[in-house]
Amino acid sequence: MEPRQLLRNMVRIRCAEEVIADVYRDEQQMRTPVHFSIGQEATAVGVCAALRREDVVYSGHRCHAHYLAKGGDLRAMVAEFYGRESGCASGRGGSVHLTDQEAGFAASSAILGEMISVATGAAWAFAREGAPRVAATFFGDGASEEGVFHESLNFAALHRLPVIFVCENNQYALGSPVDARQPPGTSITGRARGYGIRAEQVDGNDVQAVYEAAHKAALHCREGNGPYFLELDTYRWREHVGPHWDHELGVRPRDEVESWIERCPIRRTTQALRATDPGIEDAVAAWDREFRAEVREAIALAKASPFPRVEDLLSGTYEN
Amino acid sequence: MRKLTYSQAISEATVQCMEADPSIVLAGQSVDDHKGVYGTTGDAFARFGSARVMDIPNGENAFAGIAVGAASMGLRPLVVHTRDDFMFLAMDGIFNLAAKWRYMYGNRGSAPVVMRGIIGRGWGQGATHSQSLQSLFGHFPGLYVATPASPADAKGLLISALRADTPVILLENRGLYGLEGEVPEEPVAVPFGKGRIARAGDDITIVAASLMVHEAERAAEVLAGHGVSAEVVDVRSIRPLDDAMICESVAKTGHLVVADTSWARYGFSAEVAAVVAENVPQALRAPVRRVTPPDCPAPVSWPLENAFNPGAETITRACLETLRAAQDSVPEIEDVMAGFIGPY
Ligand SMILES: Cc1ncc(C[n+]2csc(CCOP(=O)(O)OP(=O)(O)O)c2C)c(N)n1
Ligand SMILES: [Mg+2]
Repeated sequence: MEPRQLLRNMVRIRCAEEVIADVYRDEQQMRTPVHFSIGQEATAVGVCAALRREDVVYSGHRCHAHYLAKGGDLRAMVAEFYGRESGCASGRGGSVHLTDQEAGFAASSAILGEMISVATGAAWAFAREGAPRVAATFFGDGASEEGVFHESLNFAALHRLPVIFVCENNQYALGSPVDARQPPGTSITGRARGYGIRAEQVDGNDVQAVYEAAHKAALHCREGNGPYFLELDTYRWREHVGPHWDHELGVRPRDEVESWIERCPIRRTTQALRATDPGIEDAVAAWDREFRAEVREAIALAKASPFPRVEDLLSGTYEN
Repeated sequence: MRKLTYSQAISEATVQCMEADPSIVLAGQSVDDHKGVYGTTGDAFARFGSARVMDIPNGENAFAGIAVGAASMGLRPLVVHTRDDFMFLAMDGIFNLAAKWRYMYGNRGSAPVVMRGIIGRGWGQGATHSQSLQSLFGHFPGLYVATPASPADAKGLLISALRADTPVILLENRGLYGLEGEVPEEPVAVPFGKGRIARAGDDITIVAASLMVHEAERAAEVLAGHGVSAEVVDVRSIRPLDDAMICESVAKTGHLVVADTSWARYGFSAEVAAVVAENVPQALRAPVRRVTPPDCPAPVSWPLENAFNPGAETITRACLETLRAAQDSVPEIEDVMAGFIGPY
């Protein structure tokens, strides 16, 4: 994918999340916990750009960016936040249970690490039917501490399954820094290598680098060489859950947050493109207007849409 | 007596017990952060520091076993799970080890782990962040399972847990943390298996646990306006269960409604009904009614969430139906969690 397109995709996700965060905070009508990826857009965009439509993506609680990057329907996501019947999970799942099967965003879930195993299972199905499809799963540095991470990597490596493990290492799980949770002198990438999995650690705020690494990973999987592991270093700007900033609360040092804002993946790509594409800043400004309008429209539409009917409360528990 | 909130009561019990018993270690994800698990762990962290109040990696499965191992060697781990749903990952350690340790090894020792699990009802917490697991935990012999509804019990039951030689699960509903009540300053233990008459009455018995005790009390208030005198039994612990108190109350009132936030099937409410049916069948003058969530996972969409969560209004109606009394004037009663807007 062209760098310009990667940039455009990141801008769309940034706009979506910023507008949603403001409205969430001001109106308190999206009654479901939300975990924003603001500042982490390059990982979602870079990886998903390297995938095909028939490839499937899984994610955890922090999933909006992955859903949108894989082509998930924005209106259906917003409607889900508002608990509407038109939501991507019909208002049953909320912001942590997104799905858009047409786009190949299979599912996200809120129990840490679960989807690492589920993506492994999807890849197992692809391998058995000989389909040239790849499953990718996003998860955090925190989720890599769960047992399911290790069990899944072991199985995927053993059976050479076409799954890309994408660890977004944003240095924190809630307010807990990674060095309070993982031994010094080790790395998540190193642990993946311990299973004999091809693994790479990449600057997760460099969308081009992420894209190239993911492209290589997808090819590796599609050619039957087994799983691939990407550790992408990045940083979440906002609080763990909710629309606010957390450095005011002393959760993380202000200068640390600011140093990562300096490394904004969008600004970085824009600056990199400036030399060859002098109109890029104007283009970004225009996209920004376009996407903010798109999101506001999705919000208005969601609000005007009906809630699920209380009579249908039980439906979907079993097959009809 | 001075008043504390439910979360202050837990915090105070933790600090007092840790002071008295240096083998207690408080462990859980982000127990040391600015929120201090709804204000329940911050005081202990300030007092004892990171050596005894430990942030732990995200590994519930292994940590349950780690806690069992440590407990069996004399440490007393108090493990906090910010949602009881995360305890599904810990269940091997809880059920296959902790609950059976004493028995399985011929009564040669125990693994008195204490685990707190928080039920996160409200604000679209949804299918995997708002489940009430008392029925599940209550099923297994070898565990004590407590569901404190009042600040005093939150303190007293935690004290009992930290002194017990049996593993204990304490379930706390998030909706209770702000609740105020009288709490003794001294560390007074509340024993497991002893219920509490939260409100005395003659016409109908409402048995409830945790948050539903408050819904039952609000229902009883409304019922009083209908000339119905309802007795509210707060079981305080699910296992052991105060069979005697439940049966005595039903023997007196002849009517039983059980209110619970876990599902009816194979649930706490089923157990209470069975206890009554087995012990005082002749006392029942009408069929037992259970007020529980409907038989589906917890939805997010708020009209569905409202319909899903049982509350005072449903309890009131169930009581009136049981008594075959007129219901046309039951007012709409807001959910106790109605004003809640986060922390998300
Ligand atoms: C099994 C389980 N344990 C704990 C939690 C609570 N929890 C939700 S997100 C989170 C931190 C996750 O950190 P990380 O995996 O690094 O993802 P990030 O939030 O940084 O994107 C925790 C502990 C959970 N959802 N599931
Ligand atoms: Mg993280």
